[in-house]
Amino acid sequence: MRIGFGLGILLSLAALVAALVSFVWTPADPTAMAIAQRLQPPSAAHWAGTDHFGRDIASMLMVGARTSLAVALLAVGIGMAVGVPLGLLAAARRGGLIDEAVMRMNDLIFAFPSLVIAILITAVFGPSAVNAILAIGIFNIPVFARVTRGGALSLWTLDYIRAARVAGKGMARISLEHILPNIANLLIVQGTIQFSLGILAEAGLSYVGLGAQPPTPSWGRMLAEAQTMVTLAPHVAIFPGLAIVATVLGLNLMGDGLRDALDPRLRRAR
Amino acid sequence: MGPSSLAAEIPGSDMIAYLARRLVSLALSLAAASVAIFAVIEVIPGDPAAFMLGLNASPETVAALRAELGLEGGPVDRYLAWAGGMLTGDFGVSYTYRTPVADLVADRLAVSGPLALLALALAAGLALPVGLLAAARRGRAADVAVMGATQIGISVPNFWFAMLLVLVFAVNWQVLPAGGFPGWQAGAGPALAALILPAVALALPQAAILARVLRSALIETLGQDYIRTARAKGLSRGQALRRHAFRNALIPVLTILGMQFSFLLAGAIIIENVFYLPGLGRLVFQAITQRDLVVVESVVMLLVAAVILVTFLVDLAYAAVDPRLRHRA
Repeated sequence: MRIGFGLGILLSLAALVAALVSFVWTPADPTAMAIAQRLQPPSAAHWAGTDHFGRDIASMLMVGARTSLAVALLAVGIGMAVGVPLGLLAAARRGGLIDEAVMRMNDLIFAFPSLVIAILITAVFGPSAVNAILAIGIFNIPVFARVTRGGALSLWTLDYIRAARVAGKGMARISLEHILPNIANLLIVQGTIQFSLGILAEAGLSYVGLGAQPPTPSWGRMLAEAQTMVTLAPHVAIFPGLAIVATVLGLNLMGDGLRDALDPRLRRAR
Repeated sequence: MGPSSLAAEIPGSDMIAYLARRLVSLALSLAAASVAIFAVIEVIPGDPAAFMLGLNASPETVAALRAELGLEGGPVDRYLAWAGGMLTGDFGVSYTYRTPVADLVADRLAVSGPLALLALALAAGLALPVGLLAAARRGRAADVAVMGATQIGISVPNFWFAMLLVLVFAVNWQVLPAGGFPGWQAGAGPALAALILPAVALALPQAAILARVLRSALIETLGQDYIRTARAKGLSRGQALRRHAFRNALIPVLTILGMQFSFLLAGAIIIENVFYLPGLGRLVFQAITQRDLVVVESVVMLLVAAVILVTFLVDLAYAAVDPRLRHRA
C-alpha cells in the first residue's frame, strides 16, 4: 500500500500543480479558436490535440483543473464549517434535544443526493459554479457532522476529558481544546474522501449543464461537448476523462494511505 | 432489564414497538422533506407563475397561470393542497406537457425502473464473486488485481465510462444501440438491448464499492472465533468462507446496497442524458429548462421519497436480522 500512497500523492500534486501553473502559463491560449486546426490528434504542438473549435485541449484541461479543485475544495470547506461544529455540539449534548435535532437533520439531507439538491437549486436560481459548490457542500454537511459526532462521542468518555470537566472547563472549551485536535486525523481522512467525491460530483453536474457555465472551462463540460464528436475524434473525450480519473484516483489513494498512516488499528483489517 | 423485560417475554413484541417507532419517523422524514422541497420551489422564487413565464409575460397571463396552478392561497394552504394531492396520487398537471404529472411519471418509470433494477443486479452479480475471490486469496495476486481494479472503478465517472462503452460497442463493433429507447411495445429484446450499456455504465462504480465492502467484511468475519471453530472441526478455508463467513458478511453489504440506491438514482439521472433515454432524469432536466416547476417539484419529491423508503426498508431488514438494533432509537 506504500506504492499506492506515493502514487496518490504524485497524482494529486500533478492536478494541483497543473491548476496553479495555469494561472501564469499554459501551452497555448485555452480560449483561442482556430477552426482550420479543429479536432487535431495529439502532436508536438498540441499535446492532447484540439477540440471542435481548434482550441488546445491540454491548456483547457489545465484551466479546467482550477474549476474542479476550487469547487470540490470549497464544498469540503462548507461541509466542514457547518458539519464539524454541529457534530461537536451534538456530541457534547449527547442524547439531548440538540443531538436529536442534528441527527434528524442529517438523515433528512442524506435523502437528497447532491444531484437532486443541485436540481432544486438550479431550478430556481439557474445553473452556476457557485450553485454547484452549494449543492455539493450541503451534501457534505451531514457527512462531517456524523464523523465528528462519532469521533467526539468516544473521546467524551475518556479520563482526561473528565479531568478537564472537573477542572471547570465548559463544554465549548473542551470541544475546541481537547476534542477537535484529537479528531483532526479523522477529519483529514474524510476531507480527502469528500474532496475526491466532490471532483466526481462537479464533473457530473457540469456535464449535465448544472455546473460552471461557459466560458469557465470545466472537465465535465468538455466531456459534454465531446459527446457528439467522440466518433470523429475519440481523443476529445478521452483526455478530459483521464484527467478526472487521475485526480480522483490520486485523492482516493492518498486518503487510503493517510488513513493507514494515521490509524494503525485499521491496517490489520485491510 | 427494566422496562424492556416485559417486552422480551412476548416474542416479536419488541419488533412491533420498533416498527411503530420507525413508522413515525418515516412519516416525519417524508413530511420534512416535502416542506423543504416546497419551500425551495414555491416560496423562494416569490411568484412561481411569474417565474415560470419569464420576464416578458403580461400581467394577465401571469394572473391566468396563477389561477390555473391554484396559487391564490397562502403558502400553508398551497402546501397542504400539494402534499394532500401527492398522498392521493394527484401530482398536479404539467404546465408544458398539459398532462397530469402522474401519467408522465408512470411513462418514465417504465424506463428508469427497469434500468435501476438491471444496474443493481449487475452490480451485485459482479461484486459478490469478485469480493469473495479477493477475500479468499487475500494478499495474493488475485486480491491485488481486484483491489487495483476496484480502486480505478471507484474513480471513473460513470458518464465518461458510458461514452467509452458507446465508442466500443455501438460505434466500433455496432452490436448495441448508442442511445434512444424503442419503447416496450417494440418487444422486450430491443428494449433490453437499449438498456444494457446504460445499466453497465451505472453498475460499474457501484460494483467496485460493493466488492470492496464485501472483501473487508469477509476478512473481518474470517478472523472471528466461530470461523476458527469451523476450521478446527475440519472445514477447509473455502468451505468456512462460503458456509459461515459469507452469510455474516452480507449484513454490511445489504446496508451499502440500500445506500447505493440513492447514488443509483442520481447516477441514472445523468446516464439517461448520455443515452437519450426517456426516463425520470430526462423529464426533470427538460422541466428545468422549460421552467416547469410543477414537474420538478413532484418528481424531486418522488425521488426523495424513494430514497427515504428504501432506507426505511433496509433498517427494518437489519433489525429483523440483528435484534440488538431494535432497542436503539
